[in-house]
Amino acid sequence: MSQTRSIEEINDKIRKGKAVVLTAEQVAAMGRESSPSEIAQKVDVVTTGTFGPMCSSGLFINFGHTNPPIRMEKVTLNNVPVFAGIAAVDAYIGATETALPNDQYGGAHVIEDLIAGKDILLQASAKGTDCYPRTEVKTLINKDTVNEMFMFNPRNAYQNYNVAVNSTSKIKHTYMGTLLPLLGNATFSTSGELSPLINDPELRTIGIGTRIFFGGTTGYVAWHGTQFNTGKPRNEHGIPIGNSATLTLIGNAKEMNTQFIRAAYFEKYGVSMFVGVGIPIPVLDEDMAHRVMIDNSRIETNIIDYGTPDHDILGRTNYQSLFAGEITINGKKVRTAPLSSIKVARDIAETLRREILSGNFMLTTPVEYFKKTKGLNCLDIRL
Amino acid sequence: MKSKRFVLTFPPEASGEPITYNLIRKFDIMVNIVKADVSPGHIGHLVMEMTAPKKVLEDGMEYMRQHRVECVPIDRKITYNKDLCVHCGACSAVCFAGALTISPQTAELGFDPEKCVVCELCLTACPLKLFRIDIG
Repeated sequence: MSQTRSIEEINDKIRKGKAVVLTAEQVAAMGRESSPSEIAQKVDVVTTGTFGPMCSSGLFINFGHTNPPIRMEKVTLNNVPVFAGIAAVDAYIGATETALPNDQYGGAHVIEDLIAGKDILLQASAKGTDCYPRTEVKTLINKDTVNEMFMFNPRNAYQNYNVAVNSTSKIKHTYMGTLLPLLGNATFSTSGELSPLINDPELRTIGIGTRIFFGGTTGYVAWHGTQFNTGKPRNEHGIPIGNSATLTLIGNAKEMNTQFIRAAYFEKYGVSMFVGVGIPIPVLDEDMAHRVMIDNSRIETNIIDYGTPDHDILGRTNYQSLFAGEITINGKKVRTAPLSSIKVARDIAETLRREILSGNFMLTTPVEYFKKTKGLNCLDIRL
Repeated sequence: MKSKRFVLTFPPEASGEPITYNLIRKFDIMVNIVKADVSPGHIGHLVMEMTAPKKVLEDGMEYMRQHRVECVPIDRKITYNKDLCVHCGACSAVCFAGALTISPQTAELGFDPEKCVVCELCLTACPLKLFRIDIG
């Protein structure tokens, strides 16, 4: 396969204002009339975007020291417990954490309020030590008073995800939204042809250190995500069927924007957080051009019955049908609806496109690429 | 003349009486069916607009009650905070009446109050809790 351009060559074109940057939707449309070879010649970078609920998210925060200092052991922010089992005034706000199981305000709401610049009630307690004698703290903090607050999300940007339905006679409240009984609806949560990891299904250009759009600012890929699985079966277009690769992401939450980070509460499930992620895909060669041309009709996923304990697979569909609003399951027509916002995903892809065109966002070569995996371990109950 | 929307609930053991037909023939009520979900052996729902003088409407409702058909007027309406909406689509998933839809072109949420049957499922389905019910 002939290399048509390197990352450095692309960055050179960006610096000179000569780079051709398109969104994944634009290049998918272009792909209906152009060959991979033509696209590889014309296009340098393709921008992607996704804005869906991503539970595995959170924020490290350093409150700064009081005088005399405290080694914070139990900490709450707006009464939401946060993890303080690290150094004295460091903590991790988990997006899904709540004070009580049915609370509709949780860690994600604290994070959104912090990003919005609001004051947050900090309460901390400790046993008191010789070096950290204080035992109680009650005060207000905000993003300007703390030293650091950076988002660190262990599992974001799922490469594809299941469609959820419910075959039982009772309504089901899930992280895939409210599922009406007797296959009354079907929900899905991927931005299809705009989705970052769908546009680079072999992760040829994305790895540790990749610079990304994250929550309204620049972020980075820190690691592969938890439950990273490249072993999922693929369709003839190289797209994994169902949930597969994931990313761990990091970025400065002080610079983030609540347009791209929003707290969510799913009825009878709990708190989650909408996270905005956009990844630029360099069109290195014809193979990458072929990948970024993917359109919704060629991206498929499994339809899973969330009503049954084993989550039975009821069939397979593609995103063209899902976005059109109707799929057929066992001969029955079922209404479909997204849970991830295509509107905001488009905004992200377009924002990133403009940032690259203006020379403010340069592409990166990963420090290290991700290794292939064969599958995931299950948790055996051994006692 | 008075025009109003109602949710009709038919018991599973419905008598087989042609309710809608009789509302038209016997009471001269103008009927416009907005949504129908009726199948034998199950609770059935019919959302319809009825237009008739007030007294005639009351007679028609009394006739339905005699046949154990529950008839509840829709005098509440759903509103939502458009400014804070992220257009995720979770509300459209539960909107079986088709009032809340995501446009395939703009990917934005649209709300057609004419189609809304005030089932209130969107109130809990919205992950941002942007929906409210207004009592009319």
